[in-house]
Amino acid sequence: MTNTANPFANFVIVGERTNVTGSAKFRKLIEADDYAGALAVARQQVESGANVLDVNMDAALIDGPAAMRRFLNLIASEPDIAKIPLMIDSSKWEVIEAGLKCAQGKSIVNSISLKEGEEKFLAEARRVRRYGAATVVMAFDEKGQADTAQRKYEVCDRAYHLLTEKIGFPPEDIIFDPNIFAVATGIEEHADYALAFFEATRRIRESLPHVHVSGGVSNVSFSFRGNEPVREAMHAVFLYHAIRAGMDMGIVNAGSLTLYDDVEPELRERVEDVLLNRRADATERLLEIAERVKGGGKKKDEARDLSWRQKHVNDRLSHALVHGINEFIVKDTEEARLRAERPLHVIEGPLMDGMSVVGDLFGAAGKSNGKIVMATVKGDVHDIGKNIVGVVLQCNGYEIDDLGVMAPCDKILDRAVEIGADAIGLSGLITPSLDEMVFVAGEMQRRGMKLPLLIGGATTSRTHTAVKIAPLYSGPTIYVNDASRAVPVVQKLLGKERDALVNETKADQLSAREQYLAGQDKRPRLPIAKARERALKLAFKPVKPSFLGLRSFDDYPLDLLVPYIDWTPFFASWDLVGRYPSILEDDIVGEAARNLYHDAQAMLVQLVAEKWVKASGVVGFWPANAQGDDIVLWRDETCTTERARLHTLRQQMDKGDGKSNLALADFVGPKGVADYVGGFAVTAGLGEEDIAIRFKRANDDYSAIMAQALCDRLAEAFAEAMHAKVRRELWGYTPSEQLSYAELIEEKYSGIRPAPGYPAQPDHTEKTTLFDLLEARERTGMELTESLAMTPPSSVSGLYFAHPEAEYFGVGRIDRDQVEDYARRKQWDTATAERWLSPILSYDPALAKAG
Amino acid sequence: MTREERIAAITRDMQKRILILDGSMGAYLQGFGLTSNDFHGERFVEHPMSLKGDSDVLVLTRPDIVTKVHEGYLAAGAEIISTNTFTATPVSQAEYALEEVVYEINVDGARLAREACDKFEARDGKPRLVAGSVGPTTKLLSMSPDVGDPGRRDIDFDAMAKGYNEQIRGLIEGGADVLLIETITDTLNAKAALWGAWEAFDKFGVELPLWISGTITDRSGRTLSGQTVEAFYNSVRHAKPWAVGLNCALGPTDMRAFLADLSRVAECPVSAYPNAGLPNAMGGYDETACSMETHYAEWAKAGLVNIVGGCCGTTPEHMEHMKHAVEGVKPRAIPERDTHLRLAGLEPFNAAA
Repeated sequence: MTNTANPFANFVIVGERTNVTGSAKFRKLIEADDYAGALAVARQQVESGANVLDVNMDAALIDGPAAMRRFLNLIASEPDIAKIPLMIDSSKWEVIEAGLKCAQGKSIVNSISLKEGEEKFLAEARRVRRYGAATVVMAFDEKGQADTAQRKYEVCDRAYHLLTEKIGFPPEDIIFDPNIFAVATGIEEHADYALAFFEATRRIRESLPHVHVSGGVSNVSFSFRGNEPVREAMHAVFLYHAIRAGMDMGIVNAGSLTLYDDVEPELRERVEDVLLNRRADATERLLEIAERVKGGGKKKDEARDLSWRQKHVNDRLSHALVHGINEFIVKDTEEARLRAERPLHVIEGPLMDGMSVVGDLFGAAGKSNGKIVMATVKGDVHDIGKNIVGVVLQCNGYEIDDLGVMAPCDKILDRAVEIGADAIGLSGLITPSLDEMVFVAGEMQRRGMKLPLLIGGATTSRTHTAVKIAPLYSGPTIYVNDASRAVPVVQKLLGKERDALVNETKADQLSAREQYLAGQDKRPRLPIAKARERALKLAFKPVKPSFLGLRSFDDYPLDLLVPYIDWTPFFASWDLVGRYPSILEDDIVGEAARNLYHDAQAMLVQLVAEKWVKASGVVGFWPANAQGDDIVLWRDETCTTERARLHTLRQQMDKGDGKSNLALADFVGPKGVADYVGGFAVTAGLGEEDIAIRFKRANDDYSAIMAQALCDRLAEAFAEAMHAKVRRELWGYTPSEQLSYAELIEEKYSGIRPAPGYPAQPDHTEKTTLFDLLEARERTGMELTESLAMTPPSSVSGLYFAHPEAEYFGVGRIDRDQVEDYARRKQWDTATAERWLSPILSYDPALAKAG
Repeated sequence: MTREERIAAITRDMQKRILILDGSMGAYLQGFGLTSNDFHGERFVEHPMSLKGDSDVLVLTRPDIVTKVHEGYLAAGAEIISTNTFTATPVSQAEYALEEVVYEINVDGARLAREACDKFEARDGKPRLVAGSVGPTTKLLSMSPDVGDPGRRDIDFDAMAKGYNEQIRGLIEGGADVLLIETITDTLNAKAALWGAWEAFDKFGVELPLWISGTITDRSGRTLSGQTVEAFYNSVRHAKPWAVGLNCALGPTDMRAFLADLSRVAECPVSAYPNAGLPNAMGGYDETACSMETHYAEWAKAGLVNIVGGCCGTTPEHMEHMKHAVEGVKPRAIPERDTHLRLAGLEPFNAAA
């Protein structure tokens, strides 16, 4: 195949058969008042793939305006035809205007020109604009039709400037027709006509922004009237060159577009000689072969057929598959079967060979069980889980189009449409990603998409998918909780068991919704005032940190972090469930875990030794006091000027009398107590993306994922190591602490380091305050995305509370009274608060508002 | 404040917040228990045909009531009110043999609305816009009235445009600030209205902002004349609308998806004023002011709208809730779209290059 892969991809095909000047058949139907027959021609054009329907009623015996009106009014009641736009085609303005008055859509006028001067041209263009149409402008001026490349361009250039500058005609609504004239007429001056068109087209598209170029292609072969095979060959070769020059619209017979490559080579060469004016005897040579081709009569196809019918049966099967010819397939397959040892060999041999050619032509390599677009949604940078699922699916013969992280909705959906995906897989780790997934589902519905939507990632759940995502989208929406489930789900979904799976999923989601709604109503919440009465009342004996303000830790030694790695979540990220180290001895996953652990250790040694990534962090301490549920950070120890304010949320579940309803503010002393709060931001991911990319380039997905998983662990280890350092020395409230690895993992230490976005403070926006306080961006190179995920992904941030009674807790669901109070404190409107806190609301804001 | 100043001020405001259009005229008028005498007044006592049901003639016969409706909506927070001229074209008024007074209805209709607005503007200095209501008419240009004869039309484009021109000249003279071509069931009718508007602009030497609001008939997502939302938009885009939107036929639940379609493509502000749900078996509307509020709030939050209002079945009570729903919410950002040749039949066709 040559480089004509998809010549008509961006080409606007204007169906020409409903044109009385070009089709005798259509003219006779109109003259005979057979409008039903005329509509059938129009329908055939639409069915053959016309994007726009050309209607022309210019004939001596036809009342142009009346025929145009009648035909367009009839088309208006035929949705199959009326769905495409019209090209209202006439050399008479009154016919054009009659047509425009019957067209509700945005049509194209064909045509106006400078033939009778600027005034008339602009007057008509103004009216075209008021009717809301685009227009073809012929390269025709007061001097006549432009025939040379230079004249064609000059006329179009003049028209362009008049239209766009004098009357503000939108340039994208201008379609130039630089005149396609007949060639091979025997008249010498005509020899350059096709070349002139190509050249003018090129200049127009280069110099006049946004315009289009069109033309009536069949004119070019006018001198071969009656010889359809030659005409079609000329049209194919003409279009091939014209499209390359920039022609992007053409009035053609939508039903019989021939590809350049399908033109018989000798004929093609001679046609090309004519069109490109390559030799003096080009016309004679084409005439000579024309008679022969014509002699074949309708056998044009057969003449072509014969060549491939001569080939070996395997090649014939392949040819038939590639070109979609089913005429000989039974015979050829039978012949192949008789030659083969076993029938299966026919399928595995020539048929599969043919199919893989087809596959290659579609841009895919080898066999594919289906295409899946996968992405981590906008605002989220976490993709380990998604990558694993992707690799597993690839190993099972699915083509994965991975859009990476932070993929905007449009990009995902456009891509899915573009490649004809069989499913879309969305992943995300942070809670704002849940809302983004809901949005994507809504957009898929809006776009009328039908393909299955797979939902996965750490924060996703069966309930969230059932309650929030699936109801927005009528296509199958399936929650895939781990990679091992991805393959069977996708196999069913893209195979015969699709309906069963879809029905089963729907039933399951229905019950999940019911459970959720039942659970929603019953949980009692305390009024926030009551919950505050039940705040934890502590005694305070604060310790002053060794310094106040900030301290950076740039390029922290990675080897100091390794002992702090908590390996249990590492296995979880590979979907191996179990606690480290006992998981290594597990009956079921033990072997897999051991192999994984071995590989991880090997890479970790290299990663640390060669410093693949850089770890940086910052720690800060500030004088602080609780004020209600807020924590005020003071500028200095006089505790007079507020430096910043942290907001905390309070548990509202009714735990019964005598139990505390916690908020982080409870762990800080009230005004009058000289208390302190710390904060930190650490990353072990500076450079991690480059490593992942490096491995991916080498097609080593396993190592790419491994590296990311290790960076993730190192970041957590960094946070753990830093916390230990804080307890023993930087804050120094437990200077003699000696904890074992197991005790560390079990959080047996004193004081906590809760992170915004986690259960004790589910509001991600508090990260902004923390980052500002810590100057985290400047000091560590970390950033926050618009959804407030941290980049690099292997990063951790949080607050330090030193009180010995401080503990980790979950805020749980909160009620509207606290949300409104919180909104006031954050200077938000309630809706903004509800958006950020949506995962922990005890009510549905939409329903509550409706009362 | 002059018309230009008002339009400029409101257009500026539109970048900062979601504007509030009024609600249904009909639902409000129903509450007055009007009788045949109200419609005829003294002027049309002798009129050969019954005028009961011709809401627009009330502009001439019961201007006090029309003013009350306008003031009711302004008091509820509407900053744009539409004139009581929805059917005031010669084509529609022919049903009541009132073609003769079409111009007058439009002049007075605009004047009444303007006076009500002036009264409120005088109180707080905030501009209020009069949207001259231009409705769909009883005849359609793209559809045959006779199933057996699909090519038939009872009126042509020129006659339709002429009728609209008369209405629009009246509205301009009476003091309308913008023209609201609304409840478009057939885009060709709307094109005729636009044609009529431009001829009026040529005549008066003024140019009013054009606001174009289509009607999606049912869940098929198409206008009565068969266009999808994007095809409709492509077909009216040449008018460089001040705003484009959807109204009527659907309640907010069913309108949502089509509004989102429009919001995605429109390169100008987007308006939406749905019915208060679908008419129920009792002929009433099921959406309460409170339940409407939920929808408006969601639309606003989702960034779908720049102007909200109500159509059939909505009342000042709905307006108050609507105002609450959109207050302080950022209006829809107008999307930047690539330059393409955007054509339409019943469906859109956007050329690639």
